[in-house]
Parts: sequence; structure tokens; C-alpha cells
Amino acid sequence: MKIRVTVLPKPSVLDPQGVATADAMKHLGWPGTPRVRVGKMIEIDVPGESPDEHLLHSICRDLLSNPVIEDYSIQRAD
Amino acid sequence: MKFAVLRFPGSNCDQDCLRTLRDNFGASADAVWHKETSVDGYDAIVVPGGFSYGDYLRCGAIARYSPVMGAVTRAAARGVPVLGICNGFQILCEAGLLPGALMRNRGLHFICRTVHLRVTNITSPFTRGTKEGEVVRLPVAHGEGCYFADETTLQKLEDGGQIAFRYCEADGSITPAANPNGSVRNIAGVLNSQGNILGLMPHPERACEERLGSTDGKVVFASLLSAGLASVS
Repeated sequence: MKIRVTVLPKPSVLDPQGVATADAMKHLGWPGTPRVRVGKMIEIDVPGESPDEHLLHSICRDLLSNPVIEDYSIQRAD
Repeated sequence: MKFAVLRFPGSNCDQDCLRTLRDNFGASADAVWHKETSVDGYDAIVVPGGFSYGDYLRCGAIARYSPVMGAVTRAAARGVPVLGICNGFQILCEAGLLPGALMRNRGLHFICRTVHLRVTNITSPFTRGTKEGEVVRLPVAHGEGCYFADETTLQKLEDGGQIAFRYCEADGSITPAANPNGSVRNIAGVLNSQGNILGLMPHPERACEERLGSTDGKVVFASLLSAGLASVS
């Protein structure tokens, strides 16, 4: 199993990479003003049983994201 | 007064800090490797700048879990002064020893130049040698120096006098144009609520000799040394 953790800047936080990317998209013909946020995706290979939920969330909260400025979400894939 | 200057894989301002403490102030200063689990016997701790762990994940995100950081947290709780410069500021924020976070600069560029800063707390152990409204010139060199904290935190910082430095014009006025990186309320340096931890993006250790273009950084170390001497006597 793979666990994918997506980390994105909170909507309330200025994301200069998102703004710059949106500007480039407009330049390439994207209609209107796109709202873009740029974050990161962390893929964790999990052989065998899925990890303890509490541990997974604490690692997402304390290491993989900074809750002051970022939100995370977890996806599982085979 | 004995200083510990932490050294992580990727620290690159540790030598500058050691040199300025030893050569410009005659202080005792040791480099302390991040694997150490004690900082007992040191009167002050400097967390220097650089790119600890290659800035992987986020600046300071991995360094904050280095063994030495547990010792720093315990020392800080006892009131030992802790000075975090640039990446050191980022590490202290990631560790939760200082409020807020440092984000990518508003303009996305790495900024390397000298800026003006207004000292907005003149009573901390790091700034007690300054005068009301004093403006200092210090170099900055960072890509992730945009300070962010939510409104509630900012209000606490303002009310508690925890904002130590703000980016300003040469005359001390705090304007959007003087803000190099988009930091909220022009914040360049913050203190914890007890006042014994300071984090700032500018580099005082790079401004302690005439030939470096400014000696304004000396006041930070001189304040710390005078505070240390006062507490010993």
C-alpha cells in the first residue's frame, strides 16, 4: 500500500508560488483568474498492515506539515 | 559567559558566530554538534544560519528533531538565552519555541542585501543596549524569511512587546516598501513570551566589523554579554 500525504498552504496564507503559477496560466490562455495553491506530496511505501492512525496523523501534523501555515490530507492507494 | 553555537548538517554561519563571539567580544564559545544531548554549562545558545538538512521538507523542519534541540528546549525553560539567526529562527519556530512560521519570500527571490531595522523592544537581553526608536543596518540573506502568524498571535506579540525588530526605512519609518520579503507587520525578529528566546532573519554576526560594512550587529551580542554579566554578579 502507498500512503500519499498532500500538504498545501492554508487558504488564509499568501502563497506566492500559487500566485506566480496562476499568472503564468493566465498568460497561457487560462480563462479568468485561476486560484492556485502550490504544495507538496509525500508518498510513503507501507508494506503489510496500515500504520496506526494516531501515529500517522501525529507525523503529518508534527513533521510533514506546519499547522501554522499548512493543511494536510491523506490518500491511500494500492 | 560561555556560548554554545549549534552545528547541524548544513549550518553555514556557525563559524561566523564563533568568530565574532571569540574575536570581537573575547567570549568563550564552542561549536556543539547537533547529536549532543546536553548543553549544560553554557550560559547562552546560538542557533546559527544556513540550510540545515538542505532545507528538506521545510526550513528547520528536520533540524528541530535533532537530539540537541531537546537540550535547548530544557535550557530555554530554565531561562538560558537562546538566539536564533536566519535558519536558526526557522528552526526555533518549527520547534514551537517561538510563535509563527517563516514562509517563502513574497517576491519568490532569494534576498541578499543590507536592510534597515527598527528595534521595537529595547529591554530584552538581546536588545537592552539599544535606545528607543534605534535603527540598525544588518544584512539579510534568505529565500524563506516571510514571517507569518495569525491575528490572535500577532495581537499577543504586540501586547507583550515580543516584536524585537521590524524592517524599516533609513529614518525608522515602517513602510511596505521597506519590507523585503512580505513579513506580516514588517516583523524581522520576535521574542518568546518570557523574553529569553530571540529569533531574527537578519544576521547580526555578519555586521560586527567595520570592514564588513556595518558594526550595528554588535549591540545584540554586547546586550547579551552585559545581561549575562549582570545575572552572574
